[in-house]
Amino acid sequence: MSNRLKRILVGISSANTVTVTILAFVLSVVIGGILMILSDQHLLTEWGYVFSKNWSDAPTDSWDKVSNGYIAMFHGAIYDPHAKQALRPIENTIVEATPLVFAGLAVALPFRAGLFNIGGQSQLIIGAVFATWVGFSISAPMPLHVLLVIIAGIIGGALVGGLTGLLKARFGAHEVISSIMLNNIALGVLAWLIKTKAFHDPNRQDAISKPVKSTALLPAVSGSSPEVNLSTVLAILAVLLIWWLMTRSTLGFRLRALGSNPDAARTAGISVSRNQVYAMLLAGGLMGLVAVTQISGTLSASHAMTATLDNGFGFTGITVALLGRGKPVGVALAALLFGALDAGGVVMEAATTPTVPHDVVTVVQAVIVVFVAAPKLVQEIFRLRDVRRDGAATAPPSVAPASAVDSAAEAV
Amino acid sequence: MAVATIAPAPAVIAGGTEADTRRYTAGATQIIMGLVALFGFGLGTRTAHGASTTFGMTLVSKQGTHVPDWIFPARPAIVGLAVVVIALGAARMAVQLPRRWRLIATSVVLFCFTFAFMAWSAADPKGGERLVLPSVLDSMVIAAVPLVLGALGGVVGERSGVVNVAIEGQLLFGGFMTALVGTATGSLWIGVIAGVLAGALMGLLLAVLAIRYLIEQVVLGVVLNLLALGVTGFLFKSLMQTNQNSYNNLTPFSTVRIPGLASLWVIGPVVFDQPLIVYITVFLVVAVHVGLFHTRWGLRTRAVGEHPAAADTVGVKVLRLRYRNVMIGGAFAGLGGAWLVGNVGNFTENMTNGKGFIALAAVIFGRWSPFGALAAAALFGFTDALASQTSALQLPIPSDLLSTLPYVATLFAVAGLIGRVRAPAADGKPYVKG
Repeated sequence: MSNRLKRILVGISSANTVTVTILAFVLSVVIGGILMILSDQHLLTEWGYVFSKNWSDAPTDSWDKVSNGYIAMFHGAIYDPHAKQALRPIENTIVEATPLVFAGLAVALPFRAGLFNIGGQSQLIIGAVFATWVGFSISAPMPLHVLLVIIAGIIGGALVGGLTGLLKARFGAHEVISSIMLNNIALGVLAWLIKTKAFHDPNRQDAISKPVKSTALLPAVSGSSPEVNLSTVLAILAVLLIWWLMTRSTLGFRLRALGSNPDAARTAGISVSRNQVYAMLLAGGLMGLVAVTQISGTLSASHAMTATLDNGFGFTGITVALLGRGKPVGVALAALLFGALDAGGVVMEAATTPTVPHDVVTVVQAVIVVFVAAPKLVQEIFRLRDVRRDGAATAPPSVAPASAVDSAAEAV
Repeated sequence: MAVATIAPAPAVIAGGTEADTRRYTAGATQIIMGLVALFGFGLGTRTAHGASTTFGMTLVSKQGTHVPDWIFPARPAIVGLAVVVIALGAARMAVQLPRRWRLIATSVVLFCFTFAFMAWSAADPKGGERLVLPSVLDSMVIAAVPLVLGALGGVVGERSGVVNVAIEGQLLFGGFMTALVGTATGSLWIGVIAGVLAGALMGLLLAVLAIRYLIEQVVLGVVLNLLALGVTGFLFKSLMQTNQNSYNNLTPFSTVRIPGLASLWVIGPVVFDQPLIVYITVFLVVAVHVGLFHTRWGLRTRAVGEHPAAADTVGVKVLRLRYRNVMIGGAFAGLGGAWLVGNVGNFTENMTNGKGFIALAAVIFGRWSPFGALAAAALFGFTDALASQTSALQLPIPSDLLSTLPYVATLFAVAGLIGRVRAPAADGKPYVKG
């Protein structure tokens, strides 16, 4: 019995994925806390006097500051005992996490095939253009209209994603450069479109498109919060679909073969260029779904396109995909964590004085990913044991497949 | 570079070799560009009725000799340029030119097309429209400096085998520290030094995490960008915004006029009357070029980037070299960030706004060489400057679309004219001894 307990303890204290992820989270929370202290000028002065007078003020006040910040975050993200609807925060978390699931999958899928999708921004924007146009220009009954908007978003995103894949497959343009260029082109096109007659809302002075019709809004899923809508269901379906695609289908097998060894895949008769295009088409479609959640989701107040509609999802998707280790279920969990941090960050910003800006969330997110991607670092900090597996101790668990590194090397 | 001479066997695709395919796509792209120039610019309504083009030649904001405007008939000039572009495109399709001539032909095509665009933008039958060429060049220099410095940082790192996607973050953090330290000490130049050190520090972080902890480098770069964005955004909001005067208030750079050269025709005030960092940038480009290709450090750097195991065998300290190079690269990018801040006098949140990624594109576009990076960054800066300067003219193209010009041009160049590029062989691959 005690032998078994010992084994479990050894298991927990070794550098396995779960332990590393949890400790990475702890470390990033600590770093976030340090940042909170550093940003408070009053606390900084107190720390300056720490050796002369009232030495206990600085540590206790700092503790208060940090714990208040994180408690507010917890209240905003998971459970607020004082609120009327105590579970409302967790619904906010789900709402924030939903687009991140799509964005994370949109990066994870090509990553498995050895492609680096940095063009989420442009795929999202063009997806939004298509979805919004269908949303305000077409009249259709409720379920049909929603379906059309979703399809339009997917098509818009897939077009841009597919273009990136095609440019790489056909002309050898590296996907990183063409994605960066397409991102900027899409931003310019968006800025222009929302001022044109066809898109601009005549009732508004600022640069904003017409809002989509009420029949195009994603229907709410019952619950205390009206914001949890159909897109969450779609996100769950997408996770299942991509999981099935990557592990059970022929296409998934080809993509993974391409990702782990392109030369072997080519020799085996897999068309590299065609499958690269497929991977990017799928990725673009997923980013198009992010656009649908932004336009037709109940979260956005205006249901219309603005110049900043992409909201950085293209890049957050990369970190979500990394934290989720490129696996669909991992991506979903990572998205939930990021969603919780985002939802909590908003509440924390409102609840603290002097305000702790929610940018601290960005730092925490980045730090988690760094630590998760560097298990060796966490292992050294906490002096964890190596995982006892034959040969596994020397090979660092890699987030990326071998060829993503190659592909990156090939051009970045 | 010994390794580079061993070219891979040309891949055979349906209908001929890859070289043939490239020839046709490149030729076709050039012919399309020529046709756009011919019908869009030359024979369009803007150049009808004997319209003439006016190019201003004197930079208004700076001292310099006054040079009279350059006026010429628009339509014949543009049509002539378009014909040159089409002819070169047809020639490109017809025969396989040697590499040097391909490069020259492509440059001529780009020049003619750009010039045709400029002539079209400033064409006006009444003679009211006027494009001031030195202003375009001046904004090009200002826009290109951070791109050149960022790209140079990328080149140094990647030549030794460490991918640097974190240029954006290094620019941002360098700029932030410049503003913070510069204001706190009351000296812009101490701020600049702090910015350079901050960039180097980001480089060190990248190096440690990539080399010692073996994090996938592209991933790492993206995450470090996020980190820099978060930290600077956080501190900007909690410190700088509340107390602008004591944390974020610099006197912008003053220009250093090089006597004699600064009064040269047109170019003088643009090139020889600029802040010190512009000259430092040019110096660094030359220094890195000489360093990479003519010194022991450069030989070792390239060897480590191509075949670290071989370099190790002959006694090069692979990891130490990589640490050093990535830090130097970070310092360059930090200087680029300092330029961004020092130019306007304060830091704003996310002020790099994707410039680091453009610099990354310039690294690849410039084929991992300092002068290549300079050329790519200059091209970028130029189209950017052209887009902003022509937006003042009454063009039928909306200014938002015009601002995408640099990106469209690069996309075209990458897909149609440049094609596949080859990175240093060990780029992005961690080196583990044994």
